[in-house]
Amino acid sequence: MKDTTIFGSLDPDLTKRVLSRRNAVAETGKMAGALAMASMPVAFGIMAKSAFAQGTALPAEILSVLNFALTLEYLEDEFYRTGIEARVIPSADLPIFESISAHETAHVGLLTGAISSGGGTPLAKPTFDFTAGGLLPDPFSSPNYPIFQALSQGFEDTGVRAYKGQAGALMSNDAILTTALQIHSVEARHASAVRRLRGQKGWITGNSSGVDVDAFQAIYNGEENTTQGGVNTAQFGTGDSASEAFDEPLLRSEVETIAGFFIVS
Amino acid sequence: MLNKSLDDEEGLSFLDKLARTTGRRTFLQWSGMTLAVAALGCSDDNDDGGTGPGTGEVNLGSGDTGILNYAYALEQLEAAFYTQVVAGAYFTGAPTAEQTILSDIKNHEVIHREFLKAALGTSAIADLTVDFTSVNFADRNSVLTTARTFEDLGVSAYNGAGKLLADANNLLAAGKIVSVEARHAAAIRDLITPGSFAANDVVDANGLDSPARTPAEVLQAADTFITTTINASGLPTA
Repeated sequence: MKDTTIFGSLDPDLTKRVLSRRNAVAETGKMAGALAMASMPVAFGIMAKSAFAQGTALPAEILSVLNFALTLEYLEDEFYRTGIEARVIPSADLPIFESISAHETAHVGLLTGAISSGGGTPLAKPTFDFTAGGLLPDPFSSPNYPIFQALSQGFEDTGVRAYKGQAGALMSNDAILTTALQIHSVEARHASAVRRLRGQKGWITGNSSGVDVDAFQAIYNGEENTTQGGVNTAQFGTGDSASEAFDEPLLRSEVETIAGFFIVS
Repeated sequence: MLNKSLDDEEGLSFLDKLARTTGRRTFLQWSGMTLAVAALGCSDDNDDGGTGPGTGEVNLGSGDTGILNYAYALEQLEAAFYTQVVAGAYFTGAPTAEQTILSDIKNHEVIHREFLKAALGTSAIADLTVDFTSVNFADRNSVLTTARTFEDLGVSAYNGAGKLLADANNLLAAGKIVSVEARHAAAIRDLITPGSFAANDVVDANGLDSPARTPAEVLQAADTFITTTINASGLPTA
């Protein structure tokens, strides 16, 4: 959000392109049901193309943001798929993580397609290490299901903050901004469900991580903010409720530091 | 969608049912909007803060102010709803865990409402008059399904309105609120049906919170709960 220089580079043809893209998005919505049964990667590729491809390259800044988001989605996608395959999740909780996993896989497909059709090159999936270089026990080993849950919470809450922080950089493209917002709120639904599964509130109180690992604190620092647009919101409730009522963004660099703990190369 | 047979009744979303049962008043309200548009430029505009609580019509205004007033209207609705929830018989007898969720949400919605009111200053619309006669505050299912409607509707409203904002600071403020609404929606949904926090009635095959609704769609869906006429004719549409 600090970087709003994109406003200075608005292209006069943009409105036209955005409008034609919007029509493409409407058509894609109708197609989605029909394609739901098709093989997933193929279906996402098709939809992403029809939604985003107009033979016009996306601005470099938008492509960069989409690749940043893609890296986070790669991380989440691999995390959940590995956890499900490793059978670390008790059967009672499995449907929750299967649902989340399916969404993250879809997000990877959507972002990959958008980047490609926007003239960019999707970053390759990094090699991940979910022990953060040995800092954490193996989250995929069945006695460590609590670690798996804690990481899930951390990834989802990070995702919410990451997308929120990039919304301003996507303002020049209505279709992509809306799509990013639609991912953002799904990440928040995930975060709420996983937090509650862990016995936490679905919302974040102060800057409490609810995880007894120091490294998680970076995910929650700043969430205690109760001043919004110059307005002291604690006056309308309590400090706790005012911090819960607003989720805070993270800078891209802050998110990259957090994700970096889990990226080998 | 409205021509489905009775056999499909259960397949209709709650919002669809609302649209069916509130068709008449919605028609009148939207007719009013059309008239308001037609009268632009020749009317002696008395919508700016001139209406008191419960009277006539509020005009959301235009530009970012209009969108923030639209958000303020929705937060007024939610705050009023949860204020009644926590004073109702279901809440009084509910398990502590459910009471905590509902009282937290009530506090959040009041804060959202008061924040938007403060941010809008003299541009803020008047207090809306709400109508919750369709809700049984003594009944868990009635309270929670209405809460689910409001939370999912709120998420779809903010997601649809993001592109209508011109100022990045306003977009960020909306973004800070919408993810909390999504957290609420997930919690309420799981109280009704465990595991439905992001079910496929609100998340599509692309993993997107769907639909992102236009202000017109949202106001039509909320119409049954709001007595005050909301004039949204000045809102940006792109």
